Amino acid sequence: MGLPLMINNDDNNNNKVELSRVAVSDTHGEDSPYFAGWKAYDENPYDESHNPSGVIQMGLAENQVSFDLLESYLEKKNPEGSLWESKGSRGFRENALFQDYHGLKNFRQAMASFMEKIRGGKARFDPDRIVLTAGATAANELLTFILANPNDALLVPTPYYPGFDRDLRWRTGVRIVPIHCDSSNHFQITPEALEAAYKTARDANIRVRGVLITNPSNPLGATVQKKVLEDLLDFCVRKNIHLVSDEIYSGSVFHASEFTSVAEIVENIDDVSVKERVHIVYSLSKDLGLPGFRVGTIYSYNDNVVRTARRMSSFTLVSSQTQHMLASMLSDEEFTEKYIRINRERLRRRYETIVEGLKKEGIECLKGNAGLFCWMNLGFLLNTNMKEGELELWDVILKELKLNISPGSSCHCSEFGWFRVCFANMGEKTLKIALKRIHEFMDRRRKVLNC
Amino acid sequence: MKQLSTKVTSNGHGQDSSYLLGWEEYEKNPYDEIKNPNGMIQMGLAENQLCFDLIESWLAKNPDAASLKRNGQSIFKELALFQDYHGMPEFKKAMAEFMEEIRGNRVTFNPKKIVLAAGSTSANETLMFCLAEPGDAFLLPTPYYPGFDRDLKWRTGAEIVPIHCSSSNGFQITESALQQAYQQAHKLGLKVKGVLVTNPSNPLGTALTRRELNLLVDFITSKNIHLISDEIYSGTMFGFEQFISVMDVLKDKKLENTDVTKRVHVVYSLSKDLGLPGFRVGAIYSNDDMIVSAATKMSSFGLVSSQTQYLLSALLSDKKFTSQYLEENQKRLKSRQKRLVSGLESAGITCLRSNAGLFCWVDMRHLLDTNTFEAELDLWKKIVYNVKLNISPGSSCHCTEPGWFRVCFANMSEDTLDLALKRLKTFVESTDCGRMISRSSHERLKSLRKKTVSNWVFRVSWSDRVPDER
Repeated sequence: MGLPLMINNDDNNNNKVELSRVAVSDTHGEDSPYFAGWKAYDENPYDESHNPSGVIQMGLAENQVSFDLLESYLEKKNPEGSLWESKGSRGFRENALFQDYHGLKNFRQAMASFMEKIRGGKARFDPDRIVLTAGATAANELLTFILANPNDALLVPTPYYPGFDRDLRWRTGVRIVPIHCDSSNHFQITPEALEAAYKTARDANIRVRGVLITNPSNPLGATVQKKVLEDLLDFCVRKNIHLVSDEIYSGSVFHASEFTSVAEIVENIDDVSVKERVHIVYSLSKDLGLPGFRVGTIYSYNDNVVRTARRMSSFTLVSSQTQHMLASMLSDEEFTEKYIRINRERLRRRYETIVEGLKKEGIECLKGNAGLFCWMNLGFLLNTNMKEGELELWDVILKELKLNISPGSSCHCSEFGWFRVCFANMGEKTLKIALKRIHEFMDRRRKVLNC
Repeated sequence: MKQLSTKVTSNGHGQDSSYLLGWEEYEKNPYDEIKNPNGMIQMGLAENQLCFDLIESWLAKNPDAASLKRNGQSIFKELALFQDYHGMPEFKKAMAEFMEEIRGNRVTFNPKKIVLAAGSTSANETLMFCLAEPGDAFLLPTPYYPGFDRDLKWRTGAEIVPIHCSSSNGFQITESALQQAYQQAHKLGLKVKGVLVTNPSNPLGTALTRRELNLLVDFITSKNIHLISDEIYSGTMFGFEQFISVMDVLKDKKLENTDVTKRVHVVYSLSKDLGLPGFRVGAIYSNDDMIVSAATKMSSFGLVSSQTQYLLSALLSDKKFTSQYLEENQKRLKSRQKRLVSGLESAGITCLRSNAGLFCWVDMRHLLDTNTFEAELDLWKKIVYNVKLNISPGSSCHCTEPGWFRVCFANMSEDTLDLALKRLKTFVESTDCGRMISRSSHERLKSLRKKTVSNWVFRVSWSDRVPDER
């Protein structure tokens, strides 16, 4: 795990100039089932009227439940069209020329204010510590370039977002060493697991540079408990390493009180040597459902990291057109308050719909409280308690039920039979149809078992 | 003590170069016609501000494009969700056709071979990641854009080995300079993976001649290496000559379906031709499927905002607009360049004869105390701090001869340009050289004109060797 695979491309072609190892490696991870299911969906996508028996996409963590709120806000603000009218005739050209890697000041302020709102004011964000990047994908890679050298490692708790294999490792040459978590304690990170991961790295002579967590977790759909965060920070201080907290789902926690950001923990710490190792990643792709606009950010308590990240962001700036459009919306306190509240509520209801629907079929999920997906346990359906068994079941679900869900093995889960199932990237009707297909499948199975 | 990576502690970001220090001085005291008429005039920024009115009037006539609507219907959701790293098909088609139009429709670009990136900064770096290992080298003709030191080397670990060009032949690339650079790389123990050129050149403001392009294609063929042609200024060509792209040369040499073509990659962007650097639109064009595939996946780290792709696909699909824009852009750039050149001439300063770009490559060697880079820096400081003009010293572009400066002309109003020229003239007249001019102005100007003519004559004589150049 964590070692990039390479394809040797110079066997037969002594005359052919080589591409780089990075170009030919498969560390981009696109050959995993996580992506294979997408292909099946692309070839036969479900459509209520045109293709009712097509594949329902449940492998895409998108938030489509709250677009109406965004659309109506933007309509109200710019009913006539041109987004630069409010700034007068110079608005367009000023915006088109703006490529300062500091980012538009009012946009940074808006992001800081939005992040504070999400945390109910329990932490403050200084706009000057916000570095903008084209999405959290870029933010995570950028931070990795800054915090680690090639062949160093980041410790990441399993199961984790499959994209990390590419984002943290591919071009950076950095490794991931897993912190193994399991269902015995709801997949929470334990001090023992942390020490074990650290030791694994050290035994292999690999230098550990930091721990990277996602809070709330993808794929678990659950927040990290405050005590665990405190233990994590202690661990990082003791080992003198960094702590990166990817909080891109923070606005998707169903009950605000259940989320503790690492920012809250740091808020009450004066010791700079502790604060300076903490970095937060955020994005508008999940909470606001705007992955196409490419808005990500790094927030760091370390001046050196902020300065360097800002310079590096030249490779991945946010379109000034997009910054301009979203700045006033995100600083509109009345709007953001309403949006966050309603978004949380709608996601909670979706979650309850799917979890209850699954429960009726005897299928349990991890108790979740956040995110756009649930972590479903189908261990009892496996023919063999191995990766092959899980992939076999995944294939059946894809081919027979025409549901694309994500197998836990693609998230490096150490237990087999877990699946991530997204519920926010479709209408309610579609979700009910997916549950119906699961019901019919389980029904058929029950009948077979009873024979 | 916890540490950060070597990328943090190295100077690979390039921010300590004088190129950027001048910018900092400008930030402290920027010129404003009304509020700060004695402030610093920014002439170090290669921006194209001459044709915004054309885009603004198009926007006024086509409000849907910027308001996330299609035929009056909101497509907000569709755009908000679109994050496919293959890019918007309509946008790539529009980009391909725009690139073809700039090249007089003599060559075709297949939209499927276009990879979008967040600006050419991102495109160039991505190509490096695909083509070079840490420690591999790319050969670049000097002088070159200072940003390349960061874009090509910082995170990739690749190296740049210069191809030395000199004023003796108008800074053109020669066979011997190429060979020398290649050998130098070997001496340094570096494996050469390719050559990267900017065509038209930054900072020279000149398009590569057909002779140079043929030379480059022959060179990469014989060495079995790559050629990256950064053509981000291709739409700013205003000279009598047509812009010749490396793609033209491949076609004319009938190399279209060969291995060589697979090793030629073009970089483009809308930051210079359209003056939209804030929108972060860059592109890689490659005939090598593996490169297209790898670069496409890498573009995840720098996708173009879907909102911006949508706006620009509408803009660039309007052929009436694009042809009018390209023509008008050329006209205005040409007239601006003329204004700068004649203003400099009246101050006794000549430039390399240019036919493209947003800047001139200005010869101030005669204003140096000594023929050294220290003297160049001294002169630069005087111009920045006393004359209050931010221009870019040739040393920051790795020029091998002291005394050359890049001066931008398209990022300000005509009045501001005139004021800048007036200040410069005053400065020159007040120095020793200036006194020389006033004493024997006629003689000096005559000899300067001769110099200008011989540069011009020289370039014409090079191009005359290849009868079909025009």
